[in-house]
Amino acid sequence: MDTLILSRIQFGANISFHILFPTITIALGWVLLFFKLRFNATGDTKWMDAYRFWVKVFALSFAMGVVSGITMSFQFGTNWPGFMETVGNIAGPLLAYEVLTAFFLEAVFLGIMLFGFSRVPGWLHTLSTFLVAFGTTMSAFWILVLNSWMHTPVGFEMRDGVAFATDWWAIIFNPSMPYRLAHMLLASGLTVAFLVAGLSAFRWLVGDRSGGVRATMKTGLYLGALLIPLQIFMGDMHGLNTLEHQPQKVAAMEGNWETRSNVPLLLFAIPDEEARENRHEIGIPNLASIILKHKAEGVVPGLNEFVTEEGEVMHPPVAPVFWSFRIMVGTGMAMLLLSWFGAVMMLRRKRGVEGLPKPLLWVLVPMSFSGWVATLAGWYTTEIGRQPWLVQGVLTTEMAVADVPAPFVGTTLTAYLLIYVLLLTAYISVLFYLARKAVDGDLPKPRAPLSGQSITHQVAAE
Amino acid sequence: MELFGDPAQWLPLVFAGLMGLSILIYVVLDGFDLGVGVLFPFATDAEKDNMVASIGPFWDANETWLVLAIGLLLVAFPAAHGAILTALYLPVAIMLIGLILRGVAFEFRVKAPTPHKKSWDLAFWIGSLMTALSQGYMLGIYIMGLENTLWTFVFAGVTAVFLTVGYSFIGACWLILKTENDLQKKAVEWAKGGIWGLVLGLGAISIASPLVSPRIFDKWFSFPEFLLLLPLPLMSGALVVLIWLGLRALPTKDDSWAWFPFVAAIALFILAFFGLAYSFYPYVVPEKLTIYEAASAPESLFIILVGTCFVLPMILGYTALAYTVFRGKATELRYD
Ligand code: HDD
Ligand code: HEM
Ligand code: HEM
Repeated sequence: MDTLILSRIQFGANISFHILFPTITIALGWVLLFFKLRFNATGDTKWMDAYRFWVKVFALSFAMGVVSGITMSFQFGTNWPGFMETVGNIAGPLLAYEVLTAFFLEAVFLGIMLFGFSRVPGWLHTLSTFLVAFGTTMSAFWILVLNSWMHTPVGFEMRDGVAFATDWWAIIFNPSMPYRLAHMLLASGLTVAFLVAGLSAFRWLVGDRSGGVRATMKTGLYLGALLIPLQIFMGDMHGLNTLEHQPQKVAAMEGNWETRSNVPLLLFAIPDEEARENRHEIGIPNLASIILKHKAEGVVPGLNEFVTEEGEVMHPPVAPVFWSFRIMVGTGMAMLLLSWFGAVMMLRRKRGVEGLPKPLLWVLVPMSFSGWVATLAGWYTTEIGRQPWLVQGVLTTEMAVADVPAPFVGTTLTAYLLIYVLLLTAYISVLFYLARKAVDGDLPKPRAPLSGQSITHQVAAE
Repeated sequence: MELFGDPAQWLPLVFAGLMGLSILIYVVLDGFDLGVGVLFPFATDAEKDNMVASIGPFWDANETWLVLAIGLLLVAFPAAHGAILTALYLPVAIMLIGLILRGVAFEFRVKAPTPHKKSWDLAFWIGSLMTALSQGYMLGIYIMGLENTLWTFVFAGVTAVFLTVGYSFIGACWLILKTENDLQKKAVEWAKGGIWGLVLGLGAISIASPLVSPRIFDKWFSFPEFLLLLPLPLMSGALVVLIWLGLRALPTKDDSWAWFPFVAAIALFILAFFGLAYSFYPYVVPEKLTIYEAASAPESLFIILVGTCFVLPMILGYTALAYTVFRGKATELRYD
């Protein structure tokens, strides 16, 4: 394998590993703030129990996010020097603003949020929790501005092969940014919703009946049920926007080879790039045309449009885009089904968590990480769908790669992969370990008479 | 922006200054927490918890200065950024893996099942060591003009060891400030050992860099520069003597002066840093690319500068707040 393909795999591996953790911290920060504010308002210790458990998950995820993020910031230089040399004038300030306005904010206040509870006044602790949540959201904002600009670049001019900014407003609010940001923030919310619901289901199944686990179970399921319709709507808008700016990507997502009307929505197919056709198609007639053009006769662009006269293929590889898109949407549908079913069961005769049937709880446990699956699948759709471009129409991936010897990249790639497998295993098992420990009463079951208040609440909740 | 003269002249200089500042802050701040990690195997299990507690609330923000430094290199000097990082490809990867290991070990050692704690402690130590060694190695190769020969390799090996010892020195000084009793006594001993590494390392760099580069030789050993620069080595020497005397008197009964070694160590790092910066100016890639040649478009730099002027004071402000909140001796880390 050559340096290019190895570097691509390495970049894909590193960013995939990184994104897992911000996806959690972005929304979990807000969920923690919610727990804290509920506690402040009600004085009910179940909210503090919820906070104490999830703040541990937050701390762990944050550390994973930080260290993998540091790797990301070196990647541009070590593997993609052409990227900065060509579009550095635009990417640079955006990355700098991310560090200045987001990273320091979250890193500094994280210390106070985690360890400052008994050292600072209550309001300052709540404020720190807010600032950390706000900081993670700001990082998502800046990095997605940059990423969206790479998909729909505007507001610049090329001089001697280097991009110069002409309109910062246009760069920041580039055409795909609002959709991508909203879709990603919702993805983060859903990831956390299902993680919270899944781990709570696990605790419930191993016998935890505390007020804390009830509170988090409800928070998780209701949050999921609330966000998933929004996400599906946002995803649709996002797709329409992509159709306008990157039709070749949508063609690959739909597995549509010829520009034509009455395009079916394919549920299954094996795209064959050699023969330039699909095998074993199963589809719903006209539906893709209806979704994308809002009428059955709507004409949808096909992949064959994006092959030059000389036969050079200027569209992304079809199968990975086609499949990752289906994995994302499929996961989204599963989320819709489960969270609504759960919400209905809890609301029915106001039975709360007791109303949830056992099989649902058992399904929710493996769904804990469904958000990760959908998020990664979504990013693969987006990023692979942009190939062969790195910056759409401006810079190809091939032009940006460093000329580092392939064995070097091979070595580092292997090392990263090993570490990632190790850390993911450790991370997931520690989450379940913490959940089990919480059941066994690591969380301050009323320590002494002093917290008599919490005993009454506990009794009331049983 | 024409207000201050030609921006293509002063902007690169300002950004080189900002980058230098964040490298310096990084080396001091992450230096002490890396150093604490390097010292890990010399401590008992209870002391390890205490050592981690002393850096727990700070390490993340400390590492953010590295992200800022590399970010500034990337945004302000894109051409140099590619050249330096591809030349240092492998040591950078080792450093990153080291940072990953130690960063997560922090969390895992207290959250994973108790029997795993020892393994995570080991990961914490190995990660800190890998990071410190590879940073020292990169410093050496950089001083040698990013050349890869047998000699530069040997020299970089030497700087790798000495920077690691230097970090453990400042780490020990931090522990003197943040801990009490036995651990504090131990830290004094560690610092006494570490200071020799620092002296030898600074000596090696001061001798080698003028020998490698005639340009650096001329910058230091011509008249009147030599006289103007003389205070730098003299002050460093004086600081070393003071630190040594201080360490002999520590720990004092009422814990007065516990702050002194740490503050003096910072001063020493600052002096060394200025020496290096003076040697290399105006180059960002030694002998190959000056900051003026490597700089990005003035418009882009200006946009960042405006933001920096607002945000940097705020960052410094809340960093100070964090150090105030967690002032005094380190106590057990708890989320409540
Ligand atoms: C929990 C995660 C999650 C879920 C349930 C969904 N998505 Fe998604 N999707 C993402 C997480 C995500 C993502 C990871 O956040 C992406 C990658 C880039 C982006 O902005 O969002 C994404 C990208 C993405 C794109 C590619 C946009 C581009 O061209 O760059 C489209 C068209 C959709 N989504 C559409 C949908 C639809 C129709 C869904 C209906 C079920 C859906 N997504 C559910
Ligand atoms: C966070 C979620 C992201 C994921 C999972 C992701 C994933 C990927 C993948 C799989 C590739 C390889 C595409 C291919 O080789 O066919 C890629 C390419 C790339 N992406 Fe992303 N990406 C993400 C976000 C970003 C962001 C935010 C940026 C920039 C700021 C970015 C910049 C790049 C670059 C520079 C490449 C070039 C390497 C390549 O084409 O292989 N990505 N990404
Ligand atoms: C090429 C792309 C990327 C680079 C260079 C990058 C870089 C970094 C760095 C250096 C950190 C650590 C900050 C610290 O020291 O506190 C970090 C954390 C973070 N990143 Fe990324 N990142 C990238 C992609 C993304 C993407 C795609 C997202 C989200 C959509 C994201 C969201 C975050 C968030 C929220 C954090 C802070 C919270 C946490 O660490 O868990 N990043 N990133």
